[in-house]
Amino acid sequence: MLRKLAISAAAAATLALSSGAALAAGGAGYVENFDFAHEGPFGRFDQTQLQRGLQVYTQVCAACHGLRYVPLRTLSDEGGPGLSEEEVRAYIEQNYIEVYDAELQDWRAATPNDHFPQSSMENAPDLSLMTKARAGFSGPYGLALNPLFKGMGGSEYVASLLTHYTGSEKEEFGSILYGNETYGGGYLAMSPPLWDGAVEYGDGTEATVEQMALDVASFLTWTAEPKLMARKQMGFTAILMLGLLAVMLYLTNKRIWAPVKARAKGYPAE
Amino acid sequence: MSGIPHDHYEPKSNAEKWLHRRLPIVSLMYDTLMIPTPKNLNWMWIWGIVLTFCLVMQIITGIVLVMHYTPHVDMAFASVEHIMRNVNGGWAIRYIHQNGASLFFIAVYLHIFRGLYYGSYKAPREITWIIGMLIYLLMMGTAFMGYVLPWGQMSFWGATVITGLFGAIPFVGEAIQTWLLGGPAVDNATLNRFLSLHYLLPFVILGLVIVHIWAFHTTGNNNPTGVEVRRTSKKDADSDTLPFWPYFVIKDLFALAVIFVAFFAIVGFMPNFLGHPDNYIEANPLVTPAFIVPEWYFLPFYAILRAFDGEVWLVIVADFLTAGIVDAKFFGVLAMFGAIIVMALAPWLDTSSVRSGRYRPMFKWWFWIFVVNFFVLMWAGAMPAEGIYPYIALIGSAYWFAYFLVILPLLGVIEKPLAQPATIEEDFNAHYGKTGGLGGASAPTPAE
Repeated sequence: MLRKLAISAAAAATLALSSGAALAAGGAGYVENFDFAHEGPFGRFDQTQLQRGLQVYTQVCAACHGLRYVPLRTLSDEGGPGLSEEEVRAYIEQNYIEVYDAELQDWRAATPNDHFPQSSMENAPDLSLMTKARAGFSGPYGLALNPLFKGMGGSEYVASLLTHYTGSEKEEFGSILYGNETYGGGYLAMSPPLWDGAVEYGDGTEATVEQMALDVASFLTWTAEPKLMARKQMGFTAILMLGLLAVMLYLTNKRIWAPVKARAKGYPAE
Repeated sequence: MSGIPHDHYEPKSNAEKWLHRRLPIVSLMYDTLMIPTPKNLNWMWIWGIVLTFCLVMQIITGIVLVMHYTPHVDMAFASVEHIMRNVNGGWAIRYIHQNGASLFFIAVYLHIFRGLYYGSYKAPREITWIIGMLIYLLMMGTAFMGYVLPWGQMSFWGATVITGLFGAIPFVGEAIQTWLLGGPAVDNATLNRFLSLHYLLPFVILGLVIVHIWAFHTTGNNNPTGVEVRRTSKKDADSDTLPFWPYFVIKDLFALAVIFVAFFAIVGFMPNFLGHPDNYIEANPLVTPAFIVPEWYFLPFYAILRAFDGEVWLVIVADFLTAGIVDAKFFGVLAMFGAIIVMALAPWLDTSSVRSGRYRPMFKWWFWIFVVNFFVLMWAGAMPAEGIYPYIALIGSAYWFAYFLVILPLLGVIEKPLAQPATIEEDFNAHYGKTGGLGGASAPTPAE
């Protein structure tokens, strides 16, 4: 039995190692290990944070970036920012969200069934899946324990990127690049998008750069994984039910084998 | 079946007799389910059930996924997001399918290691072993093509690298690669045929699984002692075995339930842990990822593939002797496929007359080094091919081949095996009886 435990432990450790290595190989820079409400098996989205993140996204990021895979109606889905259907329609109206309609061959106002607009700049990547497309803090010591228990760390990556501009600039091929500790190459084309007070939060939260970065990273985690809370719920239900099944099967198995083992001991079978 | 004397199905009612005369299907099911099974099977004999269950689970979730998936380069990635966001429970089905592949491979590796340790591949079970190896190869092909379907960056570049292996075959390689891809590069035609084959191969695997089960039902199961079930009389056979139902079915189901607790912890709480973040970026033929890493279950063989670069003297010699036909790239491909071929040939390379590793004091050491080496190769495969890693991969690859080609043949000659129990019953009683010791020094826990 011990040996089998040792094998499983070795297998698990190696999986963790190789996965951690794969992360390390991603070539990302420094990623700060921020804490998020949605991390870990018990983590849940903070709805007010998602709403603040939506605000930051809308007022700052959306100028260049898009969310092409995210339907606007999902803003009112359970486990998300939790806007009401009226609020979603108001959101579309207030922000003049338009989509190109191939049938009309023209632009028209978006409906809740349309998706968020795509990126308006060619070199601004779509943000729908950004927090799943980037790995974050894969430590400690390259053991990948952090991603194992807290998720792959894309949220940390996004928040880190937004808060770790170095302030240096350089010019390359006629465009200005901005120094960033988190970005893989050290310099990226996006100028520091956030400054203290860049948005004014309705709930009175102070809009520091770090606060906005965390909020928008949280929102982008929801856009990448809108069913995160339902998924964790399923995990618990499945573990509970299967655990119960396992206990019952264990007892059944013990009962079935008992006479066989009794015979092996030389006792008469019952 | 299995030549072990046991009770056969007797049709009793008139309806049963009527059916039995026309189609003995109940008899077939009865004999399959009631097969006499060595009663000392330990917990390493559960993986077959786990694998069967995985196959069924992957087929069912896969069939549902195909209903919502669009195999087109412009729409595949978006259709996967559609599954994740709009299809009811789509996210659960997809995460189960995605992580199911990992569970499948964890189970198959443990199943193979079990076979290697207890000598399950030896006569008369060579066919079972060979069929198993074929299933394993098909699994790898299926998993690889399945990984291409979401059309992320790793899908695309993984497909480019792996199909490039066929391009390394001298003379006909490029033609084969073009034929496989349906064009000069990975494109829409590739995606379409990969979906088609990804759907087909699991059913081929299913067919082979039936043959695999048929084969070991013909020879009877191996067991931790490697001692055969006594076939001398029904009484002897009954002392060594128990019917598969209910003794092993319930035991296996218990193990399956425990494994699925862990599986659903992964699916529920960390479904992307075993994946690669780059695969959430849509495939882009113009941007190569910094590091192209295959899925974890391919890493040991990926390490072997990359280990034989142009600086290894063996490769240089091969290159020189074949006048450049076997260059470093082709050598790597040969080594990778060779690694599986030598494993498939284990029944003929292992010269020891003793089946179970339990009674082979020297073999044990080499076996456990082999297991550790497997994980070392896995780790080396995930590392960039620079610095010390290629050397580690090379040593690991050398050990892999040495294990099958040198160690297994030699051990049978020089090793002095320990005394084996005369019967399975003796082993079982020694383990559960009042006086232990007959079952060997390090008997792993049989059957609970």
